[in-house]
Amino acid sequence: MRHIISLLMENEPGALSRVVGLFSQRNYNIESLTVAPTEDPTLSRLTLTTKGHDEVIEQITKQLNKLIEVVKLVNLSESAHVERELMLIKIKATGAQRAEIKRTTDIFRGQIVDVTSSVYTVQLSGTSDKLDSFIQAVGTASILEVVRSGVTGIARGDKILSV
Amino acid sequence: MSSVLLPCLAKNLLNLAADAVGSLVEVDNVELLSGAEMVVRSLRDEGVKYIYGYPGGALLHIYDALFKEEELTHVLVRHEQAATHMADGYARASGKAGVVLVTSGPGATNAITGLATAYMDSIPMVVISGQVPSAMVGTDAFQETDMVGISRPIVKHSFMIKDPREIPEVIKKAFYLAESGRPGPVVVDIPKDMTDPTKKYEYEYPKKVKLRSYNPATRGHSGQIRKAAELLTSAKRPIIYSGGGVILGQAAEPLTELAKNLNLPVTNTLMGLGGFPGSDRQFLGMLGMHGSYVANLAMHHADVIVAVGARFDDRVINGASKFCPNAKIIHIDIDPASISKTIRADIPIVGPVEAVLSEMNSVLAETGDKPAKEALNSWWKQIDEWRGERKMFPYDEGDGSIIKPQAVIEALYEVTQGDAYVTSDVGQHQMFAAQYYRFDKPNRWINSGGLGTMGFGFPAAMGIKLHYPDAEVACVTGEGSIQMNIQELSTCLQYDLPVKIINLNNNALGMVRQWQDMQYSSRYSHSYMESLPDFVKLAEAYGHVGIQIERLEDLKPKLAEAFAMKDRLVFVNVVVDPGEHVYPMQIKDGSMRDMWLSKTERT
Repeated sequence: MRHIISLLMENEPGALSRVVGLFSQRNYNIESLTVAPTEDPTLSRLTLTTKGHDEVIEQITKQLNKLIEVVKLVNLSESAHVERELMLIKIKATGAQRAEIKRTTDIFRGQIVDVTSSVYTVQLSGTSDKLDSFIQAVGTASILEVVRSGVTGIARGDKILSV
Repeated sequence: MSSVLLPCLAKNLLNLAADAVGSLVEVDNVELLSGAEMVVRSLRDEGVKYIYGYPGGALLHIYDALFKEEELTHVLVRHEQAATHMADGYARASGKAGVVLVTSGPGATNAITGLATAYMDSIPMVVISGQVPSAMVGTDAFQETDMVGISRPIVKHSFMIKDPREIPEVIKKAFYLAESGRPGPVVVDIPKDMTDPTKKYEYEYPKKVKLRSYNPATRGHSGQIRKAAELLTSAKRPIIYSGGGVILGQAAEPLTELAKNLNLPVTNTLMGLGGFPGSDRQFLGMLGMHGSYVANLAMHHADVIVAVGARFDDRVINGASKFCPNAKIIHIDIDPASISKTIRADIPIVGPVEAVLSEMNSVLAETGDKPAKEALNSWWKQIDEWRGERKMFPYDEGDGSIIKPQAVIEALYEVTQGDAYVTSDVGQHQMFAAQYYRFDKPNRWINSGGLGTMGFGFPAAMGIKLHYPDAEVACVTGEGSIQMNIQELSTCLQYDLPVKIINLNNNALGMVRQWQDMQYSSRYSHSYMESLPDFVKLAEAYGHVGIQIERLEDLKPKLAEAFAMKDRLVFVNVVVDPGEHVYPMQIKDGSMRDMWLSKTERT
């Protein structure tokens, strides 16, 4: 099963390499990773998605917690949460395709953020599944370039992850 | 000049003054020190007495500061790996972090094996490595290597100094991290410009440090401890399985109290030997791959296992799926990641083993509960049956025409009256030492358990001898392992470290050869040692004493002769049976009880 693990860590050089290194060192799988400083500049929030049996996920969270720079950690998948990923996608848009892509973008509640005579650049956010579906709907034949941010997320309700 | 007025200017002037006289200036109890001096002073203020190292370009400012330092003794090794093992040996014997000083590039990479050794066995250590000047980091400068990067997976934590003013706090943090919680090695990488002797800063060594992201448990969960006590006292076939955490966590006393109070059988891991008195009747010997018949059988048939400071290592549990099918497991460990990693715990208790065991002892004292007498008696009867009348580790003593390696350890035990610090390298001699030397006290058995580092034993023995000059320190080794750090014979002469080296010389990489006998139809691919040196002459060439033992009747008298030379390093080369195997040996992927007991018998 896919898990979204989100953590607060010291915003220090080398901290990220410890997290990433842990995954290769212990043969854990890492599917996506996103990291940026928080409103407190001494802290970074890192969110990653990984897959594995429950025992493996338990080890991953324990080993992450053991890293000295990791302050707090939550497995978002264990409870209700909001999950988002941002995608920028360049699509061949000529002739009749132009209208079709515009319609599909509207259906997915995306925005066309850049236009040339032959290309649309679409911005889309949502769950990873939604982004996958959009790619499928447009069809890989007309896709020129895809950039995805990786998954980020936050717990629903009163639950917060803070120091 | 008032330091209240224009403090900035005042400080600058003081800086200049300090440079001019070339020594530290004290104003208002604040000292001004250079980065290099701060490194040395921080170590002294931390209470460090000895550091082990090797100079080099990136470290020269620090070495110059050391030159003026009187309270801190630096030991010049002959290879940086030995420096790390010396620090490690000291740490294992004393419980305090050992300190290593290595230069950038090859100095740093030579320390890697020692760091990994300490990491695998959770040994507190602080390694200070020199680095090329900050401005040159990343330019492939001479003797540059990314020490923080290379060591990252084998350290508890690491720092790179970015500003000389950080040095005291970082060093304090390094010791705090190395010694607290689950101990481990910490690297402090210091670019050369951070130690510039011409730039001085206010120095103050912090008394305490706190890290918001690091809060190791200081006690166990009382509810869990109560539950564990209940389960334990309801057991019919209980056993204590304790590991290196009991040694590191200084919990031998409460562990022994628990075992004695409830009359429980105890087995130790390789790392845990000495955590419970080795000559006690309740001790079943080491368990695991080369563990005793009785310990492995008792584990397999137990209904409650109390695992204390042990981590269910693959060399202990054999096949994980067949491990102790009827046992409920209580697992006490400071590191939550060690719990339920390979074997699921029924009652996990995260906390320092000493605090948890003491609390469990008071709970038991309060309730007065004990396991049902009848069941426990029949469990002991069964254990005694397994134990039989023979030795804990029986072996074919042969006709006496050739010395058996086991006999050497038995003789060593007698000659040293079981009271020596025994270090070892890795292989058959290590297992024989673990099996036949009965450790009654913790911190006396010093070996590389997790990483299995050949070349560990001799420098480790040196580190111990330096700190405990009156104690007997014996390094049990083999002709393969000893040659991995034999250059340290030179260091021993320089610093007068009269350790005793007991070399079990079988002319082969014994453990490799044993596996080749058992699994590769005795095809000895690169496991024999040709052109061995004359170890006696070699020891003499380094200015020490060499003793050769070839006949069984000479074994004890010559060992006694070696130990009688209190102020000399003695290299005892014992020619032993090359065909000997270590038994019992668990059968791969089997359960705890599946073992070869000799070349021909199995369970």
